[in-house]
Amino acid sequence: MSEYNGMELMICLAARYLEDDGIVVVGTGAPCAAAMLAQKTRAPRLMIMFEAGGVGPQLPAMPVSVGDSRTYYQGLVATSMPDIMEACQRGMVDYTFLGGAQIDMYGNINSTHIGDYEKPKVRFPGSGGANDLASLCWKTMMITPQDKTRFTNDLDFITSPGYLNGKGAREKAGLPPGCGPYKIITNLAIMGFDEETCRMQVESIHPGVSREQIIENTGFELLWADQIYESDPPSDEELEILRNAVDPRRYIIGRS
Amino acid sequence: MNSKKPDFFNYHEQDVKYIKVGKRDLFSNPDADEARGFFRTKSRQMVDKTTTVKEAVAKYIHDGDYFASGGFGSNRIPAAILHEIVRQKKKDLGFAGHTSTHDMQILIAGKCINRCDAAYIVGLEARGLSKISRRAFENGEIQSTEWSNATLAWRFKAAAMGLSFLPARSLLGTDTITHSAAVEMPCPFTGKKYAAVPALYPDVAAIHVHSSDIYGNCQVKGIAVSDFDLARATKNLIITTEKIIHNDEIRRAPHNTVIPYYLVDAVIEVPYGAYPSNMAYEYFTDEDHLMAWLKAEKDEEEFKAFLEYNIYNCQDHWEYLEANGGLARLSELRAQENLTARKP
Repeated sequence: MSEYNGMELMICLAARYLEDDGIVVVGTGAPCAAAMLAQKTRAPRLMIMFEAGGVGPQLPAMPVSVGDSRTYYQGLVATSMPDIMEACQRGMVDYTFLGGAQIDMYGNINSTHIGDYEKPKVRFPGSGGANDLASLCWKTMMITPQDKTRFTNDLDFITSPGYLNGKGAREKAGLPPGCGPYKIITNLAIMGFDEETCRMQVESIHPGVSREQIIENTGFELLWADQIYESDPPSDEELEILRNAVDPRRYIIGRS
Repeated sequence: MNSKKPDFFNYHEQDVKYIKVGKRDLFSNPDADEARGFFRTKSRQMVDKTTTVKEAVAKYIHDGDYFASGGFGSNRIPAAILHEIVRQKKKDLGFAGHTSTHDMQILIAGKCINRCDAAYIVGLEARGLSKISRRAFENGEIQSTEWSNATLAWRFKAAAMGLSFLPARSLLGTDTITHSAAVEMPCPFTGKKYAAVPALYPDVAAIHVHSSDIYGNCQVKGIAVSDFDLARATKNLIITTEKIIHNDEIRRAPHNTVIPYYLVDAVIEVPYGAYPSNMAYEYFTDEDHLMAWLKAEKDEEEFKAFLEYNIYNCQDHWEYLEANGGLARLSELRAQENLTARKP
């Protein structure tokens, strides 16, 4: 078994959730790497879209912007942002990945600010496409390092909806039924969401990580699945493709 | 035989009401008839609209106007116009922070904006956050109202359609909607809940395109982002173009015309006019320049000198290009874009 770093592990694990013949909207960075890896391993017919309008590129390199010309290099369509977002709203997009400064136990995400709105302590970019993607794509995933400040129930702002405040809350708010947060992939574990309570639940722990470590790095009480697996580490093949064909310049996997 | 007609008119959920959940300010008038009043007076003449960047900015962009920039932040932005807005010291502009990155960074450096519809602001995507832009929002110098990329795009679309709003299925249930100016409303057919987002008719927009004739019939290659709708939503439109082409070329391929002349007020040929942003099939982003900009923002004196060098001391876009390596640098960016760069 090869050595691997935390970023490589997260990307490989995330890639395994993307199925053939599905459609994923990704941004730059780790999600894009996961989608590319999935395409080059178990899901060659996975369709990649970018919110600015790029569809089905044969990515020659990691894009630096979700609207740069790499996002439709030798692609199928160079369309528009409303066209992509409307595909999400019609229910045609299966997966998306989001990032953020804070996430709570229902998978709600803050990417707007820390502090109060009038004079925020720190202002972040805001929703971008995240609120739309979290509202409209069937399964929302997140690739993120896990720590107490990031995994907290004290969100200063709910930018993008997870399960809001529990079961049925999304539907009550008017969001399309049947979608929401799916998997949170961190440097410590993979978490899903309990069907009854819609709370974050540990499903799989990475090799060498203890339960205590996960608890210590989470600002809220986690649920634990009845059966908890040890995450299957990246295979030699996955690592080889990730390092040589997906991110040869180590733009993303070098960040770990 | 079953003759019963299906009942699609399923408005039974009477609990959905109009609620003004969005508590923030609306910075522009969404009224469709007000817009029609303007568009009635807009010239339909297919005449030579070529001018200069200086004149176009002086004539069409006024202090206090609501301004929108085409492209996608660091891709196909009307950089020459943005720099000229800063040089002419335009003040109190409203701004559509729709996927805005470097475009907004330029205007904030010039202190040109005082209110902003915020979908994506203050960041440069994977490159990091702009310190100066962040501070302008953190200090309350710029008033903001939150949206998302899709809902801000649909606000342009509502205006392009000549409407005053569109219903959307995102925003709902979050703080993004309570800090927007959206209204919850029932669907008149199904009774389901929607977020109604108001049409956005900017006073003026600038879009950089690949080619245009002298009348303003424009061709754009690559993704349109929201420019199809923005060009139609805005009251006045300034076009900068990589090159001016003959009207015959437009007529040979009308399927390539994205923006027709009757939307356009001014046309300026500005080769490399999107620099330092990415122009699809032409040149890639000058990542070094964008990183230098982010770095300069960290020190007040250094940033002042940086702006003097790149904006205030430059007469026009040609001088800005020259100040940053000129044709030699542009040919490197062309090679990067076309993946023909030689290995170092």
